Amino acid sequence: MGEGADIRGGRLPAAAYDENFADLQPPLARQEAVVEAARCYFCYDAPCVQACPTGIDIPSFIRKIQTGNLKGSALDILEANIMGGTCARVCPTEVLCEEACVRTVQEGKPVRIGRLQRYATDALFATGIQPFSRAASTGRRIAVVGAGPAGLACAHALARRGHDVVVFERRAKAGGLNEHGIAAYKMANDFAAREVAFILGIGGIELHLGQALGRELTLDALRRDHDAVFLGVGLGTTNRLGLAGEELEGVLDAVDFIEELRQSPDKATLPVGRHIVVIGGGNTAIDIAVQTKRLGAETVTLVYRRGAGEMGATGHEQEIAQLNGVLIRHWARPVTLEAAGGRVAGVTFEHTRLDAGGRLEGTGERFTLAADQVFKAIGQKLLADELAGSGLAIEAGKLRVDDELRTSLDGVWAGGDAVAGQDLTVAAVEDGKRAARSIDRALGN
Amino acid sequence: MADLRCTIAGVKSPNPFWLASAPPTDKAYNVVRAFRAGWGGVVWKTLGEDPPIVNVSSRYGAVHFRGHRMAGFNNIELITDRTLEVNLREITQVKRDWPDRAMVVSLMVPCEEASWQAILARVEATGADGVELNFGCPHGMSERGMGSAVGQVPEYIEMVTRWCKQHTRMPVFVKLTPNVTNILAPARAAVAGGADAVSLINTINSITAVDLDRMAPEPVVNGKGAHGGYCGPAVKPIALCMVAEIARDPDCAGVPISGIGGIETWRDAAEFMALGAGSVQVCTAAMHYGFKIVEDMNDGLANWMDDKGYATLDGFRGAAVGNYTDWGKLDMNYDIKARISDELCIGCGLCHIACEDTSHQAIRFTQDAGKRRFTVIDADCVGCNLCMHVCPVEGCITMEEVSEGRPYLTWAAHPKNPQNLKAAE
Repeated sequence: MGEGADIRGGRLPAAAYDENFADLQPPLARQEAVVEAARCYFCYDAPCVQACPTGIDIPSFIRKIQTGNLKGSALDILEANIMGGTCARVCPTEVLCEEACVRTVQEGKPVRIGRLQRYATDALFATGIQPFSRAASTGRRIAVVGAGPAGLACAHALARRGHDVVVFERRAKAGGLNEHGIAAYKMANDFAAREVAFILGIGGIELHLGQALGRELTLDALRRDHDAVFLGVGLGTTNRLGLAGEELEGVLDAVDFIEELRQSPDKATLPVGRHIVVIGGGNTAIDIAVQTKRLGAETVTLVYRRGAGEMGATGHEQEIAQLNGVLIRHWARPVTLEAAGGRVAGVTFEHTRLDAGGRLEGTGERFTLAADQVFKAIGQKLLADELAGSGLAIEAGKLRVDDELRTSLDGVWAGGDAVAGQDLTVAAVEDGKRAARSIDRALGN
Repeated sequence: MADLRCTIAGVKSPNPFWLASAPPTDKAYNVVRAFRAGWGGVVWKTLGEDPPIVNVSSRYGAVHFRGHRMAGFNNIELITDRTLEVNLREITQVKRDWPDRAMVVSLMVPCEEASWQAILARVEATGADGVELNFGCPHGMSERGMGSAVGQVPEYIEMVTRWCKQHTRMPVFVKLTPNVTNILAPARAAVAGGADAVSLINTINSITAVDLDRMAPEPVVNGKGAHGGYCGPAVKPIALCMVAEIARDPDCAGVPISGIGGIETWRDAAEFMALGAGSVQVCTAAMHYGFKIVEDMNDGLANWMDDKGYATLDGFRGAAVGNYTDWGKLDMNYDIKARISDELCIGCGLCHIACEDTSHQAIRFTQDAGKRRFTVIDADCVGCNLCMHVCPVEGCITMEEVSEGRPYLTWAAHPKNPQNLKAAE
């Protein structure tokens, strides 16, 4: 562990940044899309639809690509999932629709549903058409807290039904993790912001930025001033390693770094170390590992305490990391953050294994990886400050909701990452959609 | 290795694969390239009287099917647009340079004996192996009283064929148009006129598509379109049927047939030959992929013949003709039921929905423990094959015979035939 960390921006030639943060997967050309669409068998009671959390009628939208009915195709998607554009880019389709595709069973090569979904939604966005309109005004006013996928999906569905919606967002920009958390090369060309504009384009949704629960807002006041409240606050903070030295310079939170990266127009300005260690096994761990590699880090090692099969990141995501030159090491957990000159210089890990009872245990063997930067990516959790004193019931670290996404408080619904379920954009959108339906019913419409 | 040498109406070629009269055989340059690639013969693009015709642009329309280019193809090109003199000179030279290849010359002149007599003499002088009378071309030339305008009138076919037989010693092939209600009438007329062989099918009247922006049929020529001649893989079933009709017709008396229509592969060719064709002619496939496709046609056919034990083309030529019959002669006691392999089934449900929505409600859909299962209800299955055809997995749905040894029974003898009911009364 040498003295003086090597951390700086501009490790790469200027042009390399554009290339490294452009679309990971370029859009399909028309003919590619038509040929791929022709691979769809148009299954009866299709397994892919059942595997989609938002229940998009996949065979139908694919058939419409084939016939050139792109508007109809995009609407099949957006009616079920208003963030169909983002989901086309970020959904782990390999464990959802594409895993269920009968062609996966047949030949291990599913119809590329995600790519086709992007083709259809891109085509609609390119026309600039606003296909949605609002029902006659109901005079109801609903507060939505959090302008992420759950909140915006809920707001859009409510606005369509004629309700007025006020969305409060704690950040300076709407979009939630679509805008701040997902890897940049999955959301190229400012897609998250364009999608937010499309969603707000329906009208009837007021957006207030820089407004957070427990800061500018109280749940009591929101309940008092609105006919219903939807909480799509996400997970506001991250888990800690619980090791000495966690405050050392160079020990960073992956979520914060990605947010900064996403908001930096010039990626060359981001300081990145020569040697990086990432701790964690989920999508955030993969995203920080790949993005620091693409910022010019020389070595990036991702260390996970269990095996490949237990990682939160899908096999496809793990492959992306490996294709980008990230070294993934399994079965090791951090035990010491090594310091030099008042800043982090490496991490010492202990090998792990499962004991006879299936519990994780250390083997006693250790190894140390030198690092200029150490990224923690070991999960996120509810921000307690936001909810302190609200009276909302919390269960297993998430807001407790019933099957209609009603919280323990009357007139308050919640969805997205703040409630139990898969922490995916598509699941959050479904929550927002279902909560809107429930709110609408509760308001007597 | 099987012997692919082919003789039809006295015309010999090293293999049965000829290029049909069309753009690929319009001039020496193309034909020499084809012969170098291995084609057994050509029918030179149709010659007419000078001055040569003039073509329009564009000339081709196509049907692209689900990403596959040119599943169907059509054209509004006319006969050769070069002078007779130039064509005849090139034919002479090519035949001299490639004596083992079949050189048949397609002809189309007005319906006057003198016109046919004059051109036949000049073609004979080239050393060509035969002529093919173009009574098939359905567009353009037919408006001038030639091509299919002749081919649709059996009396004209017979008359012109007879003239040609009188005025040349060369074998005469008569190319038939499919744009008729019954192919036997023109075929029998050709035979009556003394034709040495018939070639079919020529192209089918068609509009490949409508340009919905310009509101005009394709191919569009300055805002308007005319019907063209349809060909390519999509027409093969129609061609096979017409070939088989002639092959089994006693009045056609075994006239040799040069089969044409959507032939792309050796397998297509084998099917035409099994239904009676003596040689085959190809155009669209060559226009789509180039002349090299003949390599697979040659060795694919030879390998298949070796596998089957056919030493020569005569070994299987016409072998399926005897099994081409009329509906009334089919066995009504033959019974088959669909069988779905659970092991191969991928769970798409197409068999179920096809049967449920459009047929006999004979495939039950159940789900147990997440596994989608499709089961045939024998009592309701009529053995129609629809499920087998819609199933995307080869071999997953098969049809099992359950006739249980009942005797061959035609409709004529069937107890439910009203004729028999009457007789029984």
